[in-house]
Amino acid sequence: MDTPEVPINLEIDPGPVPIIIDSGRSWARIDFRELWDYRELLFFLALRDIKVRYKQTVFGITWAIIQPFFTMLVFSLFFGRLAKIPSDGVPYPIFSYVALVPWIFFANSVSQASDSLVGSANLISKVYFPRIIIPFAVMLSGLVDFFVALSLMFGMMFYFHIIPTLQVIWLPGLLLLAIVTALGAGLWLSALNVQFRDVRYSLPFLIQFWLFVTPVAYPSSLLPEPWRTFYGINPMAGVVEGFRWALLGTTTAPGSIIAFSAVFAVVFLVSGIFYFQRMEMTFADII
Amino acid sequence: MSSPAIRVENLGKQYRIGGRSGGYSTIRDTLTDAFLTPFRRLKALAQGYGASDAPEIFWALKNVSFEVQPGEVVGIIGRNGAGKTTLLKILSRVTSPTEGRAQLFGRVGSLLEVGVGFHQELTGRENVYLSGAIMGMKKQEINRQFDQIVAFSGVEDFIDTPVKRYSSGMYTRLAFAVAAHMEPEILIVDEVLAVGDMAFQEKCLGKMSDVARSGRTVLFVSHNMSAISILCPTAILVEEGRIRFQGQSSETIARYIDLMRKTSVSQFDRRQDRRGNGLLRINRLYLNDYEGKVVDALPCGTGVRFVLEYAAADPAAALTDVSVVLMVASGATRLFSFISEVSGDLFQNLPPVGRFVCQVDKLPLMPGNYDLHFLCFVGRQLVDKIMFAWPLVVSDGDFFGTRRLSNNRDIHGSLLVPHSWSLESSQQDLQNLEDHR
Repeated sequence: MDTPEVPINLEIDPGPVPIIIDSGRSWARIDFRELWDYRELLFFLALRDIKVRYKQTVFGITWAIIQPFFTMLVFSLFFGRLAKIPSDGVPYPIFSYVALVPWIFFANSVSQASDSLVGSANLISKVYFPRIIIPFAVMLSGLVDFFVALSLMFGMMFYFHIIPTLQVIWLPGLLLLAIVTALGAGLWLSALNVQFRDVRYSLPFLIQFWLFVTPVAYPSSLLPEPWRTFYGINPMAGVVEGFRWALLGTTTAPGSIIAFSAVFAVVFLVSGIFYFQRMEMTFADII
Repeated sequence: MSSPAIRVENLGKQYRIGGRSGGYSTIRDTLTDAFLTPFRRLKALAQGYGASDAPEIFWALKNVSFEVQPGEVVGIIGRNGAGKTTLLKILSRVTSPTEGRAQLFGRVGSLLEVGVGFHQELTGRENVYLSGAIMGMKKQEINRQFDQIVAFSGVEDFIDTPVKRYSSGMYTRLAFAVAAHMEPEILIVDEVLAVGDMAFQEKCLGKMSDVARSGRTVLFVSHNMSAISILCPTAILVEEGRIRFQGQSSETIARYIDLMRKTSVSQFDRRQDRRGNGLLRINRLYLNDYEGKVVDALPCGTGVRFVLEYAAADPAAALTDVSVVLMVASGATRLFSFISEVSGDLFQNLPPVGRFVCQVDKLPLMPGNYDLHFLCFVGRQLVDKIMFAWPLVVSDGDFFGTRRLSNNRDIHGSLLVPHSWSLESSQQDLQNLEDHR
């Protein structure tokens, strides 16, 4: 009974895995286990962004609706009513609003993510954690606004008597595509912004330009095939046309555009992660 | 057989300093650089500079190696700019080394600044969780310790108030309380104890010694030598990015003070530990005797003039309300100060170059070695400050004119005060004595 337990492993126990710090700058060293360990931080940072965003504002979370709603009104008046841009057989207001919901999520996420690292300079120069969490958290907090704006979308569908088809089950996949695209762009721009503050000044221009090459105010059916498929090089084209198809059942089946978009979004994200990882070690020194 | 908790091998960190490569660059600079560099190289070769027209390189750390055993509490001391913070930043993985490597066996918590990640708009409660998570604490851990954290900080009543409404004292106390409840196996602490009021500092030191006794491995940077000697049995002296000495903390501290004295070269412009905005610089400090001769050592009990030569950065600037402070210290102990603003007036309309002269008729110091620090202010702003600026040597002398002065400072202390003894006994005293019987 009192036989002492023999510690068999004592001699060969290598102990805890040490943290190794060196100058190594390998390209592809993404520590997923570590990212998982820091999942709570991701959550807390996102929560912070959500709580802080509409502090001391009069309209609060309503801003998440005001922005797409008024843009939709302006678009409907100038593009729909005056320029008579076709809208694939659905009322122009809902045609543009369904595109504005993912677009504004994308645009806000990208511009906030770009400034996120520079805005967290104090954190970056004082504490260690995987830096990729910062732009990631921005993205996550943007989702709240997205869902608020989306809820108005369903209200508008009710108003225009549009019944969603079964295709609506594709919506989460399309949202994922928007997230991947925004994250890809956000990673590239945030890491670039640490070194080149030019990013900050070119960003409004870039977002505006991107809006024009995305079929938000006009349908992609204006383009003849095969050009329409190549449109998918801009992943947001796939997202926007996908949203229309899934929610409003527009007849332009966007399968080929989305396939193209998905490929380019992934390329964007993976290259963004690599670039970010490579620059990560120097952030504290140059920020 | 036991493996160390921290093993550092040949660690080096290089920074590029100077105009072009410092700070952040713009794409335009990078592009023009890319185009022009080949031409610059050619030009440099032609002029015989060699191909390496490299930007100025500065090694903040070089060839640093040491080991810390589990449970050891090690102090790191050195002057400002010696590389202490760079070392801690590398070990906390905030920045990466240029060469060498370090291994840390265990969970690391680092505390380079108090209140990292605090957000003004959030409440105290929310900030505890956020800041805790940033420092690597798990939510469960924070839940468990939440009440202790709040009690330690003493802001119970305001825990659900946004921290922007806190006083700066409350803010720091809460921030430190979170950090103090981290439970890593290896704790890395930069000079953060100098926050809050005296009572809170005591509390922080107490908490630190609890941590030190709890068997955790601690690296602790401080300029507070008494804190180092209380908390850390051993210490490392860092100087110019290298380890100068590692051993018993009492000996390390002695060497640190020694180093401060020895390297207090007359060339103040080479001093890296200088503070102040530089509007005015003291370029030389020397001692004159009453004949106006420069002296190295001062006979005990003689008069002296401390001369501080200054030059203004901008000769055209009109400097007014200038004051100088000269401190006399013995190692870490300050003995007394000559403060021009207190003993006289502020200097007005300073000529662009000149000398501040402080005259002392009879310096009240025992024979031995002392240190001089000086500070210079224009208005309320510190323009120049050098600690251990000059070694003051007082040689044997006859302070009281009795030729009986010993020079044993350990027994008699360091200060001499002019005085006289006499014997008094009156007729009345004798009468009282008589009555008593």
